[in-house]
Amino acid sequence: MPASWSGQVAIVGAYESPRRRAPGVHPFAIQAECAAGALADAGLEPADVDGLATAASFPAEGAREMAVAEIAEYLGLHPRWMDGTDIGGAAPVSHVGHAVAAITAGLADVVLVTYAACGYSWPHGAPDYLTHAHGPGQWELPYGPTTVATYALAARRHMHDYGTTAEDLAAIAVQCRANAAANPDARYTAPISVDDVLASPVIADPLHRLDCCVVTDSGGAFVLTSARRARSMTARPAYVLGFGEALGQVSMSQMWPYTATAAAASGARAFATAGLSPAEIDCAQLYDSFTITVLLALEDLGFCGKGEGGKFASAGELAPGGRLPINTDGGGLSSNHPGRRGALAVVEAVRQLRGSSPGVRLDRPRTVLVHGMGGSLSTSATLILGA
Amino acid sequence: MPDAPGLPPLTDQFSQAYWEAAREGTLLIQRCAACGRYQFYPRGHCAGCFAPDPEWVPASGRGRLHTYTVVRRTPNAEFAADCPYVLAIVELDEGPRITARITGDADGLACDRRVHVVFTPAGQAGVLPNFARDRG
Repeated sequence: MPASWSGQVAIVGAYESPRRRAPGVHPFAIQAECAAGALADAGLEPADVDGLATAASFPAEGAREMAVAEIAEYLGLHPRWMDGTDIGGAAPVSHVGHAVAAITAGLADVVLVTYAACGYSWPHGAPDYLTHAHGPGQWELPYGPTTVATYALAARRHMHDYGTTAEDLAAIAVQCRANAAANPDARYTAPISVDDVLASPVIADPLHRLDCCVVTDSGGAFVLTSARRARSMTARPAYVLGFGEALGQVSMSQMWPYTATAAAASGARAFATAGLSPAEIDCAQLYDSFTITVLLALEDLGFCGKGEGGKFASAGELAPGGRLPINTDGGGLSSNHPGRRGALAVVEAVRQLRGSSPGVRLDRPRTVLVHGMGGSLSTSATLILGA
Repeated sequence: MPDAPGLPPLTDQFSQAYWEAAREGTLLIQRCAACGRYQFYPRGHCAGCFAPDPEWVPASGRGRLHTYTVVRRTPNAEFAADCPYVLAIVELDEGPRITARITGDADGLACDRRVHVVFTPAGQAGVLPNFARDRG
């Protein structure tokens, strides 16, 4: 049975910046572009917003400790409810669940969730570490981890345990690129083959450059309100049917087991609260920082069995005509990944439900799952939206 | 492994025992007196049962290579000169897992291969426990 709040809150406005390169632009300016875009899409005014959620503590996001306060000030908003939950790329997906709680509790009527970063052009440097070399990090950082390497560790063990191949992983990148072909804003649109992925330079084996997401300057935003209010608005609402989140680990020595992620917990919670099963999902926007991120999510969310993700991808099940079309705008692997892809995955899910995706338009999907994964397979938030 | 520049661990009052033991050729892990659980990385409490003050115990230094990657490119300047290097997760025979490097190149490496601890002088980083593959 669905949770009491299932379907009671809707996303009524969504916007993704068309920018992919913005040298000389501060990310707060992109935040403002996205906030204005989402409100215009919803037919709302800034004065209607009484809740704000954002995360902007990565260097290329431009804020520091009080990100939500810095962004509110820059935008010119004075919300009565705010959320700065900062769980990496999954944060904007997490913000949706928190906004549902706030709206159903009467703590806010209209919540704006914004995100922006200049992942490509940020001029001030940004070390690729999740922690300091102090506390727990002193047992990891001296060995030279990188973001790609931490995902490669999981990919290697998955290959060992289940026979997953580099070709299986490459099939995910190939599909995302195919989906980007029609998207005029996508960072890359030229088709690629499995061989192209395997021929691209190895960054941290078994992951190649084309197993990795693009790095862009961009952002996105969306607006939530009660289903009751949504019904009187112009845009077609995307109802929040289910939500779950979970924490895994930050230090790679603490990941256990090594071939499963917190998505198993966040996904189970999302399906339970929606009263739906994986077979009832028409489309998924799966966090695709790397190809292995998608493969693990397919298994952990229950779209296939553990160890079967490689075959699922290689068999074409992720294509528009397959069992689970994914990342219909090209995803982070080909379209847009400024830093926290979760925000853009939510926007694409809304567009897909409205029939307005800039990439592949599916035939009237009724349910779209959004999955966010942050850090080094560290954090997870899963959302189910319905038409 | 080159001596510099690396990224030295910032030790504290609590972790000093670990790094001093490493300099003397001992890998320390922790064992909880209340529940018997071994843990790594070291903490001031048992992350299994929350009992305080797990005891330091020398590890056998033997284990299996749980997983690894050859890092060929890094955005982190302090490790650029090290590339390529093998970053690994080793499962110690006592149970806990530890992040380290595997000495030498990746030829013939495979998950679950037996490995043993070695202690690598690493410039400012002091001495880092790393692992080498067992013979045979």
